Amino acid sequence: MMKRSLAGAACGLMLASAGSLFVSAALAQEKTIKVGVLTDMSGPYGDVGGAGSTVAAQMAIEDSGMLAKGWKIDLISADHQNKADVGSNLAREWIDQGKADVFLDLLTSSVALAVNQIVKEKNKVALISGAASSDLTGKACSPNSIHWTYDTFSQANSTGKAITKAGGDSWFFVTADYAFGKALERDTTTVVTANGGKVIGNAMAPLNNADFSSQLLQAQSSKAKVVGLANAGADTANSIKQAAEFGLTQGGQKLAALLMFITDVNALGLPAAQGLEFTESFYWDLNDKTRDFANRYSKRVKNGAMPTMVQAGVYSSLIHYLKAVESLGPTTDGAAIVSTMKAMPTDDEAMGAGYIRQDGRKIHPVYLLQVKKPSESKYPWDYASVVATIPGEEAFRPLAQSECPLVTK
Amino acid sequence: MIPLLGITTQALFAQLLVGLINGAFYALLSLGLAVIFGMLNIVNFAHGALYMMGAFFAWFLLNALHIGYWPALVLAPLGVAIFGMIVERTMLTRLQGLDHIYGLLLTFGLALIIQGLFQNYFGSSGQPYPVPELLKGGANLGFMYLPNYRAWTIVFSLAVCLLTWFAIEKTRLGAVLRAATENPQLTRAFGVNVPRLITLTYGFGVGLAALAGVLAAPIYQVRPLMGADLIVVVFAVVVIGGMGSIMGSIVTGFALGLIEGLTKVFYPQAANTVVFVVMALVLLVKPAGLFGRKA
Repeated sequence: MMKRSLAGAACGLMLASAGSLFVSAALAQEKTIKVGVLTDMSGPYGDVGGAGSTVAAQMAIEDSGMLAKGWKIDLISADHQNKADVGSNLAREWIDQGKADVFLDLLTSSVALAVNQIVKEKNKVALISGAASSDLTGKACSPNSIHWTYDTFSQANSTGKAITKAGGDSWFFVTADYAFGKALERDTTTVVTANGGKVIGNAMAPLNNADFSSQLLQAQSSKAKVVGLANAGADTANSIKQAAEFGLTQGGQKLAALLMFITDVNALGLPAAQGLEFTESFYWDLNDKTRDFANRYSKRVKNGAMPTMVQAGVYSSLIHYLKAVESLGPTTDGAAIVSTMKAMPTDDEAMGAGYIRQDGRKIHPVYLLQVKKPSESKYPWDYASVVATIPGEEAFRPLAQSECPLVTK
Repeated sequence: MIPLLGITTQALFAQLLVGLINGAFYALLSLGLAVIFGMLNIVNFAHGALYMMGAFFAWFLLNALHIGYWPALVLAPLGVAIFGMIVERTMLTRLQGLDHIYGLLLTFGLALIIQGLFQNYFGSSGQPYPVPELLKGGANLGFMYLPNYRAWTIVFSLAVCLLTWFAIEKTRLGAVLRAATENPQLTRAFGVNVPRLITLTYGFGVGLAALAGVLAAPIYQVRPLMGADLIVVVFAVVVIGGMGSIMGSIVTGFALGLIEGLTKVFYPQAANTVVFVVMALVLLVKPAGLFGRKA
């Protein structure tokens, strides 16, 4: 008898505690958002995204004002080492352990393409800022992801078009040998041929290559007018530096840095980088709002760097995500959040007004910049002047050309 | 111009020369590793980090103290060597007589810490370092445009390599050094201060790494991971050459630079792996490496 009542009491206790657990779990779910920043923290793109992307995400959480309204927003970040398998494992782990509902940054196209698939499968959200491949809104588009900042098409369409139209009608590519480099070369080739130019050849280099002399010599002997660098980050900096060493520009060839970030300009220094044209969706010194955002950011990162367009995109995309979740109320239904995000116009301090298309492409103006001469630079990080502002509708791939199955034509 | 397998002989010569330049770096780095392993029996995984420190030392001299390339070529290796000797005296010396794996783990850990510290401070994209005024420009060789600086790296590193080989294999100092490795007790009985000799040798090996770093600074971005990217290849070079063999590492360094250069032309996708393919093949045929003493 005694035994039975004890057992009963124990059962009752267990039920009661399980019940309270259930209640608290439900309460927590009600007002909790879990944000995951998945990026390159230590490799060649570490300055493009990296720890700066985490800072940008933290700023978006604070600026959203949702903390004051009783929301709990968790931020987690990790290094995917530019490896698709590492990125996929982290993504699965975060989803399965309930650590992330939304994935930010996703630098490196190969990682983004892999995580994109998992996010779709598990009905979460991917807001891709770092990766470039235009396939992310093409044949690999997904109802659970938005390609936020830029893509290989917009880069090609801006820098590639400007240089071809200015008389650079024969091209040779030095291409990073993976998804991103190939997509950038492909999209630039399309733009070059559409504008009356032709492509003579290409030379591949692996990601994180130190020595480009072999590729640059091939470019030199090709006699192409333009040498297109379809690479990024430290690879771009190294290839530009070595192109100067081998006298490519002195020989009358023009360099086209198809994807260059402000941190690359900083790393190269103005004497080596001056005169280069490059394309960005965000430049910190555009207007008062971008300057304010950039200065706030700069104070919070270790080396006082200004934000890259990738980091600005992380901020911008998370602000918009949080707006959508706030309007929907607590939910982790990824597809529903993304379709709400598509329905709302975007507006934030870093990237201004814009909108999101059916195929998941975020649309905003794109800026063709030119690196200043050392004598023109008046203050720290005063690196570029705006050559042209290209409206979003013109910069990005038209919906009519999209291979995305989500697009109703 | 005779086309050969799809490329002209001109282009082939150019690629061979470029390969040789890369080989110069491999040789200089693997030489330091070989000296340290051959004399001290330490597998120095911190070599890449020390190479990077050499480059940053030169960068620091230029930007903080306005000391240019030529003094840096002496000062940076000295500075980094002193750091290396402190490491040897305070840490590595405690591992004497233990299995190789302890030294390997310690130096690997050190490399991660050093690289992490630099990355924390400088970020990943690094800093620019200009080519010295005297070596700017280049010469047109007919088959390629050779930047003066690259020509300099080849000549200079070859000279350093041969001098090192001569000092260790052909001089009295080298003989004492080899004796100290072979039989420390007996060498001590002859009145030689063996621990100091070992510290100085480690310092010398580290200095070679830093020297390669200074040489590399004007070519590559000076960045925290510049050594980490290179060290694996350099280890492969040492293994192919025969662990601890001085001449082996020099010859293999240049040879692998050439092989890599050729691969970049004929099958660029394999350029990163060709070194390891060669390593596997060599180990299958000659497990002690091409110039290894023990079978």
